Amino acid sequence: MVAKVFRINSDAEGCSPCVRIASNERELATATGAAGWLCEGVVSEDFKSRIRGDLLVSEVPCDHLADGDVVAIEPSGRVRTVFRRGSPSNTLFATERCNSFCLMCSQPPRPVQDQWRVREMLATVDLADEDVQELGISGGEPTLLGDGFLEVVTRCRDRLPRTALHVLTNGRLFRYAGLADALGSIGHPDIMLGIPVYSDLDYQHDYVVQSPGAFEDTYLGLHNLAKASVPIEIRVVVHRSTYARLEHLAQFIYRNFPFAAHVAFMGLEKTGFAIANWGGLWVDPADYMPELCRAVASLAARGMNVSLYNHQLCTVPSEYWKFCRRSISDWKTDYVKECTHCALRDECCGFFTFNLPDAVSRMISPVTAKTSEGVIDTGHSGG
Amino acid sequence: MFVSTDSGEWAFLSGADFSAFVAGALRPHSPAYQELKSKHLLADGSLLAPIAATATKLRTKYSFMDGFTGLHMFVVSLRCDHSCPYCQVSRVTTEKSRFDMSPETAAAGVDWVFKSPSPHIKIEFQGGEPLLNLDRIRQVVQLAKQRNQTEGRDLQFVVTTNLSQVTDEAISFISDNDVYVSTSLDGPEWLHNANRPRPGNDSHSRMTANLDRMRKAVGSERIAALMTTTALSLEHPEEIVDEYVRLGFGEIFIRPISPYGFAVRPKTANRYEVDRFLEFFKRCLNRVFYWNERGTRLIESYSQLLARKLLTPFPTRYVDLQHPAGTGISAIVYNYDGDVYASDEGRMLAEMKDYTFRLGNLHNDDYASALGGPHLRNIIASSCLQTVPQCSSCAYMPFCGFDSAYNIATQNDLIGHRPTSGFCRKQMGLFDYVLGILDGPDCPRKEALVEWAVC
Repeated sequence: MVAKVFRINSDAEGCSPCVRIASNERELATATGAAGWLCEGVVSEDFKSRIRGDLLVSEVPCDHLADGDVVAIEPSGRVRTVFRRGSPSNTLFATERCNSFCLMCSQPPRPVQDQWRVREMLATVDLADEDVQELGISGGEPTLLGDGFLEVVTRCRDRLPRTALHVLTNGRLFRYAGLADALGSIGHPDIMLGIPVYSDLDYQHDYVVQSPGAFEDTYLGLHNLAKASVPIEIRVVVHRSTYARLEHLAQFIYRNFPFAAHVAFMGLEKTGFAIANWGGLWVDPADYMPELCRAVASLAARGMNVSLYNHQLCTVPSEYWKFCRRSISDWKTDYVKECTHCALRDECCGFFTFNLPDAVSRMISPVTAKTSEGVIDTGHSGG
Repeated sequence: MFVSTDSGEWAFLSGADFSAFVAGALRPHSPAYQELKSKHLLADGSLLAPIAATATKLRTKYSFMDGFTGLHMFVVSLRCDHSCPYCQVSRVTTEKSRFDMSPETAAAGVDWVFKSPSPHIKIEFQGGEPLLNLDRIRQVVQLAKQRNQTEGRDLQFVVTTNLSQVTDEAISFISDNDVYVSTSLDGPEWLHNANRPRPGNDSHSRMTANLDRMRKAVGSERIAALMTTTALSLEHPEEIVDEYVRLGFGEIFIRPISPYGFAVRPKTANRYEVDRFLEFFKRCLNRVFYWNERGTRLIESYSQLLARKLLTPFPTRYVDLQHPAGTGISAIVYNYDGDVYASDEGRMLAEMKDYTFRLGNLHNDDYASALGGPHLRNIIASSCLQTVPQCSSCAYMPFCGFDSAYNIATQNDLIGHRPTSGFCRKQMGLFDYVLGILDGPDCPRKEALVEWAVC
C-alpha cells in the first residue's frame, strides 16, 4: 500500500490513504484518529489497545520522514520512501528489468516480474504534492512496462500538470513508431527523455551497452520520438570506452539529432556494474579533458544546449565553467580535503560519495579567488 | 579529395584513402573508414539506421519546397531616376500611366499571393524605383494585411530602393508597417556613382543621406544593402568591403557578376570574367575576415549561404542557388503590366524579347494553369540537378543550384552546357575556395564560417 506521511497531530489535509508517524511510545500516547500508524521500535501491548486502526512498526528509523512524504508499505511491514516533499530529485522507480547491460550501469538489472510497480507509481503520483517542480522516471528500462509506462505518464499529465517529467530510457523500444506516437499523443506539457548515445559508431555503442543492435534501435527510436515531437536530451557518460571519439560524436549528434533539446556529458559514477568494470572504465578526466572540451565547443558553436555533469570545476578549463552544472544530488555529494579552501566550493558539483577515494583526478586542487572570476551557472539538475 | 552524398554529408579523403575506398579495400578500423561510416557515406552491417538517416536528411534539405511560393515580387513601377547600365528594365520617364502598376493589377496580384499555400509570405517591392509609386505599395500592404487577418500567414514586406528620393511620407509608411528596406551600395562614392549614373551624378551622397534618415526612423537592423559587381568593381575588392564597414553595415553580399550585359560576348570572354570574379571574391572575403579579426562584426552573405549548406543539415531559402530552381515554386514576379514571371531574371530576359519565363498574365490567366501547367513544370523538371548532365555526377551537386535564366541568356538553352557554363565554373570555384578554408589550418576563419552558418 502507498500512503502519505504525516507526523502525529499535524494536519493530514484530509487526504487518504495516510499514515501518521510517531517516533516513540510517548508520542503514540497522544495519538488521535488515523488510518494507520508508523512507529519505530517495539510497542507494548498496553499502548496497542489505545490506538484505533492498524499499527505498523518499522524496522528502520522513521525520523527522516516528514509531512507530505509518501511511503510504500509492503505486506511484510517493510517501508520504502517513494516521494520526499521538497526534494529536487524525486524519481519513480519503474522496473528492475532492462534490455541493455551497460558496462557502467548504476542500477544493475534483474529479470524479475515487477509489473506491480505500475500501480505503485500511479498511487505515488496521486499522493505527490501538486507543486513538485520536477519528477523523474527511471529504472532499469521504463519502456519495458509497455502500456503501464504510458499510463504513468498520462497520470502525471493529469495529476501533476505543472511538474517537469524527466524520463531516463535507452530509447530502444521507440524504434517501434507506435510507442513513440503513443507517447507523443499523451501530450504531456513538460516531458523530456534522457537517452544515452555513446559513440557515432554502432559497434562501439553496442559494446558499451553490451547489447548487439542497441545503436540501431536507439537511432531509429530517436528519429521516431522526434517525429512524434517528444523532447529529447542526449546523455554521454565519459569513460575509457567513450572518450576517444567525443568530438566525432558531437558532430554526429548535430548532424543526426539536431532536434535534441540538450546534450549532457557526464562523469563516471563508481556504483553498480561500474565497480566490477572499474579497471576498464576509469580514466582521469585530465587525460580526456581536451577531447571533451572540443566536443562541447563544437556543439555550442552550432547552437546546441550543452552541459557538463559530475566534473569538478578545477578539472575543467575556466572558459568551460559556464557548461558545468551542480549535477550530483545533495544526499550523495562529498568533497575532499583540497576542497576546504577552494573559492568555488559552493558552485562546484563536488564528488559522488562512492567515488571517493578512487575516482579523484590528479588535477584536483583548490581554485584561488582570483582565478574564480569566471562565469558559473549554478543550475541544478538531477544526475 | 572531396566526397559527398545526396543527403548533404561529405568528407575530405587523402588520395590514397580515396583509392582504397573505391576499391573496397579501406581498413575497417582506420580513421578514414570510421569517418565515412559515421557520416553515412559508407555502411556495413544493418542498413536500417543509415537509410533512416539518409531519408531524414534528404527530407530536411528539400523541405524548402514544402510551402511552395514564398517570395512574391511586385514591380510597382518601371520609372527610375537612375540609369544603371546593368539594369535591363528601368525607364527614366514621367509617364506614369505607361509604366506604373495599376490598382487593379495590384489587387489581382495580392489575390495570387494568397493562392500559394506557403505559411511564410514575403512581399518584395521592385522596380524601377518602387518608392516612386508609394500609393501602389500602400495599397498592396493594406490589401495583404487585411486578407491575412483570415489567412494567418507569417507576412513580411521588403522594399528595394535606391534611396535617392525618399519623402517623409515614405519613411513614416515604412516605419508604421514594419517594412524592411533593401538598398544598393556598389562601393566607395566614385565607384558607386560610376556604376549607378543619375542626373547630377550624386547617387552615393543621396543614398547615404537618406540611409541616415531611414536608420533614425526604423533602426539599422531593418536596412540591408546589396552590391552589383561590374567590370569596374572587379578592380577594387578591398575598397568595396571597407565602404560597407564605413557605413556601418553588418553584412555584405558579394553577388556574382550579372551575365545579362555580357550576353552578346563570345564564350571565352565569359570564362575570363568568371576567373576575374573568383579572384575578386577571394579578395573581398579575405578583407571581410580581416575586419572580423579586428573586432568588426561583418558577415559575407554568399559564403554564409555555402557554409549553411555544407555545415548544417538544414535547408536554405536563397532562391537563386537551389535545386530544383526557385523559378515559380519559390519566387514569383508580378510585373507592372500584369505579366507574371517565374523569376526576376526571367523578367529581364523579357526586356530582351525572350519570354521563356513568362507564366501568364494576372488578368487573363488562371493561377492553376500558370503555376501548375506544363510550361513551368518543364522549367522545373529541367532544373533538377540529379537529372541534369554533369551536375548529376558532381560532388557539389547536393549543395548547388540551377539558374535557368542564366543558361538561356548565355547559351540559349534551358538546360545549358556545363563544360562551357560560366555559372558552373563560378560555383565550382566558390565551393573549392570555401572548402579550402574548411580543410585548411586557419582555425579562426573556419570558426567564422561555422558561426555564420548557424546564426
